[in-house]
Amino acid sequence: MRAPDSPTEQPLLELDNLRVNFHTATGIVRAVRGLSFTLGRERLGIVGESGSGKSMTGRAILDLIPHPGEVQADKLVYRGQNLLTMDKGSRRKLRGRHISMVMQDPKFSLNPVKTVGEQIAEAYRVHHKASSREAKERSLTMLEAVQIREPARVYDLYPHEVSGGMGQRVMIAMMLIAEPDILIADEPTSALDVTVQLQVLKILDDLVTSRGMGLIFISHDLHLVQSFCDRVIVMYGGKAMETLPAAELADESARAHRHPYTLGLLDCLPDLDHRKDKLATLKRDPAWLA
Amino acid sequence: MTEQTSSGWTAWLITDSPVSRRQARLGQYYRQWLAFRRNPAAVIGLTIVVLLLLAAAFAPLLAPYDPLAQALDKRLLPPSAINWFGTDSLGRDIFSRVVYGSRVTLVIVLLVVITVGPIGLLIGAAAGYLGGWVDRVLMRITDVFLAFPRLVLALAFVAALGPGLENAVIAIAFTAWPPYARVARAETLIIRNQDYISAVRLQGASQWRIVLRHVVPMCLPSLIVRSTLDMAGIILTAAGLGFLGLGAQPPIPEWGAMISAGREQIFDQWWVATFPGLAICVVALGFNLLGDGLRDVMDAR
Amino acid sequence: MASSRDTWAGKSGRWGKIAGRELSTVAITMFGLLLVTFLIARVMPIDPVLAVVGDRAPADVYDKARLDLGLDKPLWQQFGIYIGKVFTGDLGRSVLTSNTVVDDIKTVFPATLELATLGTLIGIMLGVPLGIVAAVHQGRWPDQIARVIGLIGYSIPVFWLGLMGLLLFYAKLGWVSGPGRISVAYQDFVTPITGVIMLDAAMQGEWDAFWDAFSHLILPASVLGLLSVAYISRMTRSFMINELQQQYVIAARVKGVSEWQVIWGHALRNAVVPLVTVIALSYMHLLEGSVLTETIFAWPGLGRYITNSLLNADMNAVLGGTLVVGAVFIGVNLFSDIIGRLADPRAR
Repeated sequence: MRAPDSPTEQPLLELDNLRVNFHTATGIVRAVRGLSFTLGRERLGIVGESGSGKSMTGRAILDLIPHPGEVQADKLVYRGQNLLTMDKGSRRKLRGRHISMVMQDPKFSLNPVKTVGEQIAEAYRVHHKASSREAKERSLTMLEAVQIREPARVYDLYPHEVSGGMGQRVMIAMMLIAEPDILIADEPTSALDVTVQLQVLKILDDLVTSRGMGLIFISHDLHLVQSFCDRVIVMYGGKAMETLPAAELADESARAHRHPYTLGLLDCLPDLDHRKDKLATLKRDPAWLA
Repeated sequence: MTEQTSSGWTAWLITDSPVSRRQARLGQYYRQWLAFRRNPAAVIGLTIVVLLLLAAAFAPLLAPYDPLAQALDKRLLPPSAINWFGTDSLGRDIFSRVVYGSRVTLVIVLLVVITVGPIGLLIGAAAGYLGGWVDRVLMRITDVFLAFPRLVLALAFVAALGPGLENAVIAIAFTAWPPYARVARAETLIIRNQDYISAVRLQGASQWRIVLRHVVPMCLPSLIVRSTLDMAGIILTAAGLGFLGLGAQPPIPEWGAMISAGREQIFDQWWVATFPGLAICVVALGFNLLGDGLRDVMDAR
Repeated sequence: MASSRDTWAGKSGRWGKIAGRELSTVAITMFGLLLVTFLIARVMPIDPVLAVVGDRAPADVYDKARLDLGLDKPLWQQFGIYIGKVFTGDLGRSVLTSNTVVDDIKTVFPATLELATLGTLIGIMLGVPLGIVAAVHQGRWPDQIARVIGLIGYSIPVFWLGLMGLLLFYAKLGWVSGPGRISVAYQDFVTPITGVIMLDAAMQGEWDAFWDAFSHLILPASVLGLLSVAYISRMTRSFMINELQQQYVIAARVKGVSEWQVIWGHALRNAVVPLVTVIALSYMHLLEGSVLTETIFAWPGLGRYITNSLLNADMNAVLGGTLVVGAVFIGVNLFSDIIGRLADPRAR
């Protein structure tokens, strides 16, 4: 595990009071209400239930909030560049090349009518002036890097011809080929079979660590986040309940300092080592959102 | 909460806890009406259709002249304050003929829809609900008809039966039912697997009872939308037959036939063919706008 | 991981099944088409014997002709004979032109093909972009405009639009040539090879004739094209809205792909699969629309051939024409199914 950033190095991403609002016919829906954090070259987990605003946070960083939504923040800075004042075109150039995202289900997030190779190569050629041959070579190398055994064969397959685990590795290859600094992984293993989840996570972890990237790992699975990340933000109703080092989550002695919502998330999971008579139901307090 | 603030009738209609089935149903209609009213295009469509109905009903009052009265000394007069749309080659007032033509159009449309709707509905609902070989046979027949060129088939039909209004209606109906059967079948396939159908079946209802009392009513909204949208197509086909001289026979003021009559003079007396055509456009557009709006309101799934 | 070894066997087996299903559909539809045209011919009040021998034929001539036509046999046998004749390319003789119907159709069909093809091209070139713009701006004013254009397109009678087009662009503005396929002056310059005048003229280097033919074709083709714009744009819109909501579109944006490329390269590439069927359908509509359009523009095609025969009670020609249009429908349907499969790797 790496140590958190040294204070001298500039953070990758600074986020202060991020808000995402959707203006609908029935009123304003606040998906994210004032989230702040700083990301270094580390693995940051964001945990919460569905609807807690964790995915919207990722989308807001990428400037991919769909139509009736709007993003506001006091500060949204990527390596010293103010994203709030940046035009759409420049934001787009950041995507993939500097900030990228692995999405949940490869079955839906790969274009069904293009070969996986084409899609990986496209991600490279969007940002680099490269011949199609060079892009293909790059893609093959990348497929090897995500431990695909016959890259040349897989390159020409269509998404429906690859398995879920392989699809997600293709997705990782596609999102990392342009060598971004930050990777947002939005529930990257939730749609996969349990047997391949760990394998995919390992590949993801190796690549992120060896390239010294910052990772934002979005998940509803507290245990997964706890074993996989350096730091964890617990979100509820669009707000951060607390931010803590992942190691402390497992620390029984620190329970007294924990936020009740975090405890609730921890307690509502069954645990093989400690027998529980009854699983706790998750308690939610409107006062937390005040 | 809102009941207290809004006035009597509206409150009764939009209440969240209706006390009778009728209240619930009326409330739903009212809500749909509110949604419908918000769509200006749909309201324009409704207005056009209502105006068409009024024109047909009060044609004798609206038309300044007898649509059949010839006046050979007033042949091919351009539009003026006396003859708003001008006169045709027999000196008949085109405006009066257009007004009376709305009756012909309405009769055709209604006759076709009245014959085609129930046939399509029954075939589709039976195919969808009964499934198996009934479904396969019925849908094969439907597919065969769908694969036919509609207008050409109608033409061949009229040719065989002889020209005339009734035969045109039969020919159009004969070629128009397959889409209805398709829609009804698709709806039925969704409905038949719903829990409430299973419940009715468990209560011992017969197949016919289930199809007629439970499946058919649920298909109606889609079919109403479909037939409203289809009416424009029927009007255009009927006008096409009329234009070719195979529909309503002279001197009946049918819009398609009127265009055909104005074809000879199109370069010199443009009004003869232009106004009946405009009437077709406006009426067809009215039905299309209405159907489009109805689909948004009733078919929102 | 998908095994690569048995893929071939599996694929060819599946293809065989698909081909079988398609062929049985074609066969059944074709059979239905023949049955309907046959029955129409039977129910019609015109006596087919009189059509051959004339009104004043003596009784023995009449009876002989009746036997020759096989009208004394039971209905199902007559139907069998009819099918046999159709498949040997015998659609009877046209009373009006006194040629065989097959020969007549051979001369008129290229004209209709030319018209419907250019009309569909116009429909695609206008309708697809219009539908895409509407989908991208769903619910906002470009969408509303596209919607109204579509509804208007569904509401205009094609024969009236043709008349208005002639009135405006030919008589008043003089931008295009009037009715007919080519001016009399150029008629003899082009030897028919394919029957499609513009193609023939281009092949023979007769560019004046080519442009003359074009100026005749453009108005009726545009009139037909406007009809299909309504349908194509509407369907394009709904397919594109569906595609633009998919996850892979977001994934492409995450990669940094430009919005233009996301729409035209990613989403449209997927929407093309169902669009093929729509375009085929609209092509068939246009073949039908040509019946009325050709009458207006004095276009010597299949549509006018059918209507002319109709008005003269030339039943062989009417049914032959109907049969050919129906057969083209079936062929286009089959063709679009195949193209649709080829465009979709999942169905390949």
